[in-house]
Amino acid sequence: MDVELLEIRQHMAQFPPFDGLSDELLDEVAGQVEVSYFKAGTDILTLDQEVHELCYIRSGAVEVYRRSGDLYNRLGEGDILGHFSLLRNHRVRFPATALEDTLIYFIPESVFRRLCEADEHFADFVELGRPRLEAAVEDQKKANDMMITRVRKLLTRYPVMVEATATVQETARQITAAQASAALVLDAAGDNPRYSFADSEERVWEMSGILTDSDFRTRVVAEGLPPDTPVGRLVGKPPITIQSDESVYEAMLTMLRNNIHHLPVLHRRRPVGIVHLSDIIRYETHSSLYLVSNIYSQSSVAGLAKLAPDVRAAFVRMVEEGASSHMVGSALSTIGRSFTRRLLELAERELGPPPVPYCFMVNGSMARDEQSIVTDQDNALVLSDDFDPERHDAYFLALAQRVSDGLHACGYTYCKGDVMATNAQWRQPLSVWKRYFSDWIDDPTPERLLHSSIFFDLDSAFGEEDYVEQLQDLLATKAAKSPLFLAAMARNALNRTPPLGIFRTFVMEKDGEQNNSINLKRRGTAPLVDLIRVHALACGSRAQNSFERLDDIARTQLLAPGVGEKLRYALEFLAMSRIRHQVIDLQQDREPDNNIEPENVADSERHNLKDAFQVLSNAQKFLKYRYPMPSRSHHRSR
Amino acid sequence: MLSLRQKPHPHAPNWPEYFRQRAAAAHSPLLARYFETGMPSPHTPIGEVEMVALDLETTGMDPRRHAIVSVGMVPFTLSRVRLAERRYWVVRPTRPLSSKSITLHRITHSEIADAPDLAHILPELLEMLTGRLAVVHFRHIERPFLNAAVKARLGGEGLRFPVIDTMSLEARRHRLSLWARFRRWMRRPPVSIRLHDSRLRYGLPPYQGHHALLDALATAELLQAQIATHYRPQTPIGELWS
Repeated sequence: MDVELLEIRQHMAQFPPFDGLSDELLDEVAGQVEVSYFKAGTDILTLDQEVHELCYIRSGAVEVYRRSGDLYNRLGEGDILGHFSLLRNHRVRFPATALEDTLIYFIPESVFRRLCEADEHFADFVELGRPRLEAAVEDQKKANDMMITRVRKLLTRYPVMVEATATVQETARQITAAQASAALVLDAAGDNPRYSFADSEERVWEMSGILTDSDFRTRVVAEGLPPDTPVGRLVGKPPITIQSDESVYEAMLTMLRNNIHHLPVLHRRRPVGIVHLSDIIRYETHSSLYLVSNIYSQSSVAGLAKLAPDVRAAFVRMVEEGASSHMVGSALSTIGRSFTRRLLELAERELGPPPVPYCFMVNGSMARDEQSIVTDQDNALVLSDDFDPERHDAYFLALAQRVSDGLHACGYTYCKGDVMATNAQWRQPLSVWKRYFSDWIDDPTPERLLHSSIFFDLDSAFGEEDYVEQLQDLLATKAAKSPLFLAAMARNALNRTPPLGIFRTFVMEKDGEQNNSINLKRRGTAPLVDLIRVHALACGSRAQNSFERLDDIARTQLLAPGVGEKLRYALEFLAMSRIRHQVIDLQQDREPDNNIEPENVADSERHNLKDAFQVLSNAQKFLKYRYPMPSRSHHRSR
Repeated sequence: MLSLRQKPHPHAPNWPEYFRQRAAAAHSPLLARYFETGMPSPHTPIGEVEMVALDLETTGMDPRRHAIVSVGMVPFTLSRVRLAERRYWVVRPTRPLSSKSITLHRITHSEIADAPDLAHILPELLEMLTGRLAVVHFRHIERPFLNAAVKARLGGEGLRFPVIDTMSLEARRHRLSLWARFRRWMRRPPVSIRLHDSRLRYGLPPYQGHHALLDALATAELLQAQIATHYRPQTPIGELWS
């Protein structure tokens, strides 16, 4: 891509339907446009004229008329016209005149066709022919969606970039002149290709750091450095960055995770802008992420509990705005972790600092980033090996109690199976946890298999992440080498089976039995997740999320070609069905659950459900053969 | 608005005749091919000619002391700027870069070390110019610099060609018109005729400048706007070029 066309590309990237295009497609469009200037009052399209281009208004204003001469529409910067004609008979139906001096980018028909084929959102936009207002309202709704909106949409200007040899004074001047609040510091390219990029003139640079407004205070003025200090001396390491087609959501998470307020945005490896935290806050104040920052600002359990309705509202909105199950699952998990972390911080504030280091571990769906709105808590404490029960356990019990009660108050109900850090069995030092894991793998009794299916989805929520990573390592190396364990897990994964499908208002079981409702978690997503976990353990995957586990599995020969994709679709469909029915419950003021009632299932959904159940059923049959019980059994008596 | 009707540039040579002479006398086959294609007569309407917007980034203002760093070209007509046919080259300047131009273009010695000499791109550059009327903003850069660069590389034969200078067209409105003289008489500050400021007067969007191709595009759009505002597609090119 020629950087000189960024000017054109960045402009289009702000407006629908171009805002949803991939960077590659946008590049293609920008490189093919033709430009023309229209004085106010001149015709842009005349009635019945033959057209083979889409018109994009770069600047100015345009009036569109009906055949009768009545005004049909008035368009401005970023609007398109001519698409109806392109899609029909290539004759102008609505003539257009420049209302102000107007600059038009003409996009050739061949490019327009390609966009329609390559991008569904683009095709919908140009084909639906919705009235302007309705389209605008819908687009606004979409634009509010941080999960889908790409971060490049927040960019308004190129980043200020200076060479490492520039002085702090010169840099401060450039930042001021650009009305920016940070500058990127560039070096002649070194040996780190990860941070090097070529600029418009094919010169290769390396991004060596970022200098922000507050750095001038803390690292220049407070240190008493002279104005001619080269900025290269102030920056240490390349900044954390994000790709321009990542979501706004991801940008926000990156900032929260790293506690930074400026995030350079890259197109491939070239910086195209810097997003500031306030850009995102301004952009979206009621999203799930606003919720996250709100969680961290609460100073009591009561305050946290008041946020529970907001979680539900964020959930409904995400689904309505078209998020995938992966997005919904990870957003809800992030929210759940935030509650957990905040409760721990509040508990520590009250109880004092921990006597020995610890890691607060989350398990089950939260660890997998697959949390739903109907969820209980699965958690545990992994303590330092310096832990002495006599002296320390009172503290950790109190800590666990506060978190567990707090989560319950916030809508994460107590675990019925008592998988919580309040249970002494699950409040143990790292060495004990390692022994648990080893024993469960070496000698998989039914009870231990149940533990495995809960605790072998694990992630740290707070504290010494390293502890949980050590457990993940142990699991990834040991489980794959234990055919007996894999065979036992595989059998365990067959305990719950899917129904045949849905017929009229009944759930058809395989034995011909008919039921009135179906628990989509128990009969769909959970067995599928169990099955994916077995394959993931067999290939030594360290991923926790089922979709990411499928990615790892796809790199091996464990499954026949194409099966992984089928499982992915089946999981996405079952998970989304469950989520959609929970939204229906919430909208109808019912307590959401995991059941779907056949009468609420549309025809298309019914067919898809049947297919998804079939995929699950086939995969379960395969599982038994793939992980057979070893003939010479080494396991001890049960 | 008050203005003087402009006559053709008094010093403009007879370009078609000049091209014929140069074609006959040229030693370099490159230049012979360029001049043989000729130049339309000064009576040709602007709406009928093929043009090419040209912008150079240089290390300074003086062709005897400074050198070309990059070249941007975009072919266009009054009705369309054809971006798909754009050309852009970075070239290695023959003279050292001054620290001032480093700040202006953010160009450093090491970065252009790998760029080709202008001689390598000259055939393609001339190909783009052939049969097209060049359009520049501020003619005292592009023409003299190209002339000097071609002379140095093609055995002393220079390159001269007519240009439409969008800055001159702005100057006619804002520096030479009765209205401008009136403003001067009133001691009002002169209107800026720089590329960026000129564009704003026609409602053209601001582009972030100092890139040869982007500036060429900006110049092409400005000429379209100037002709649409102050002239007609039938205006003979002889009234516009110099």
